[in-house]
Amino acid sequence: MTALRRYPVLIALCLAALFMIVPFAIVVVNAVKSPAEYSQHGPLSLPHGLYTKGLTDFWQRVDYGQKLLNSVLISGSVALLATVLSVLNAYAIGIGRVRGRTWVLAFFVLANMLPQEALVYPLYYLSKQAGLYDTRLSVIIVFTVLHSAFGTYLLSSVLGQFPREIIEAARIDGAGTWQVLWRIVVPVSRPTLGVLLVFFFIWTWNEFLLPLVMLVSNDNQTVSVALGVLQGQRLMDATMTNAAALLGVLPAVVFFLVFQRTLTRGIAAGAVK
Amino acid sequence: MKAPRDSYTLFLLPGALAFLAVVVVPFLMNTGLGFTDWQGVGSPHWSGLANYRQLAHDSEFWASFRHSLFMVVAMAVVPTALGLVLAAALTDYVGKHFGTRLASILRACFYLPQVLPVAVAGIVWSWILAPDDGTLNALLKAVGLGSWQQDWLGDPDLALYTVMGVLVWVQLGFPLVVFMAGLGRIDPQLYEAAELDGAGWWRRFAHITLPGIRPEIYVVLTWCTIAALKVFGAVYVLTKGGPGGATDVPSYFSFTTFFEKTQVGYGAAISTVLTVIILALALIGLKLQSRAEEA
Repeated sequence: MTALRRYPVLIALCLAALFMIVPFAIVVVNAVKSPAEYSQHGPLSLPHGLYTKGLTDFWQRVDYGQKLLNSVLISGSVALLATVLSVLNAYAIGIGRVRGRTWVLAFFVLANMLPQEALVYPLYYLSKQAGLYDTRLSVIIVFTVLHSAFGTYLLSSVLGQFPREIIEAARIDGAGTWQVLWRIVVPVSRPTLGVLLVFFFIWTWNEFLLPLVMLVSNDNQTVSVALGVLQGQRLMDATMTNAAALLGVLPAVVFFLVFQRTLTRGIAAGAVK
Repeated sequence: MKAPRDSYTLFLLPGALAFLAVVVVPFLMNTGLGFTDWQGVGSPHWSGLANYRQLAHDSEFWASFRHSLFMVVAMAVVPTALGLVLAAALTDYVGKHFGTRLASILRACFYLPQVLPVAVAGIVWSWILAPDDGTLNALLKAVGLGSWQQDWLGDPDLALYTVMGVLVWVQLGFPLVVFMAGLGRIDPQLYEAAELDGAGWWRRFAHITLPGIRPEIYVVLTWCTIAALKVFGAVYVLTKGGPGGATDVPSYFSFTTFFEKTQVGYGAAISTVLTVIILALALIGLKLQSRAEEA
């Protein structure tokens, strides 16, 4: 009896889950349809063959390889640099317990909540003055700083609970603050640092407003910006749109499959700290 | 042998300088620009509170904030409520009776849209919702509901609700994952004891689940409300604020004021108002959260 009552709940949940992933499935199906097939049978039919010209055409038209390279370069640099900056800040706050650390931490939390709209015009203007406008470096610098606000916040509380005895012991053996950081604190906190790397990478990959403003030339654009701008212009036919969607979805799904555990665990850790 | 505290201050130096350049100075500049009349070239003219007086009477501005409230419903209220029910159902029902593996597969399905760049989500959905050969309309026709077909994103009366629907889809995974992690903290024996005492699903949900993850609920509500007020990419890609301003939101409004109308002073005033609202909400949220954690 109870088992009978359970199945409707399970079925409802499975249907809801299906609804969440159906958009992905129809994108895949329609990305491999020829335009003729699409106009004849519409979006719901199954493809008769594997039509890849839409994908290759789109790839060449937007120079997608270059966009992927830009995204990887920018996101990778931000992930690395923002993690380093977070570690330095959190070391001073969590382990060094510098004076006024509560205020410093509050500052980082607020900086993390600041809407990018309140920074975007001055950043645009200043980067022009500094000759950094429309360079990948400008975006790397900005997101390194913005994301390290979250990293500092998360890592400070993790390092605040770092076993003091280990640090005291190392100090007695004559290690300086720098050595304690690189030889002890960083290796021990490697799991949290991994979470931060993954998060910073994906966040930067998905960022839209600032890269849209900062990266105007085609050669510097990220995947997100290039696809968003194309969509805004509405110049694409259905097959091309699906090719764009599929090529945009694929990297995200790959990250997701590779880092699923890190992502879900990291979100929870980040939220409750 | 203890290191002097001051030796650690040096480690804050790179971060402090970088923050000064990228956050503090631009933020102060933006606040200052809100009091000027500036087109982005030449030197700004001080205009005092003129921008704010103009904002008070700008119906476009008020409309964009009204739409923000709809976004809060779509990105904070609905995902939190649905996320709670789903998290409880996945943990308490599916996890217990059908295995945690199935529960985590289902969780992954709900979470997947969260890792998608919002520009890509926008492409997927604006194609699904297209008026002529869009998938949703084709589907309605195929099941005999052809009269329900709509220009989902092009109808001014409908577009805002359509955007809300897409945002629920995008956002749902976040509360779900946070809540499921929070539920993992609750002692399963509590549930067993309650079940033995004859408490039904609803009573267990209300008396064990909800109080148990109250800190998470506050965090999720705060984060999602802030995200809702900042929403930009989805509007840019789905509707560009249209049709006729029906889906305009403050962040998109400030973006167009900055870069299309080049009224930099006015755009700065809009984003300053947005910032004040967000920081106020953030402070309230943090306060509620710390109270919930003490309780």
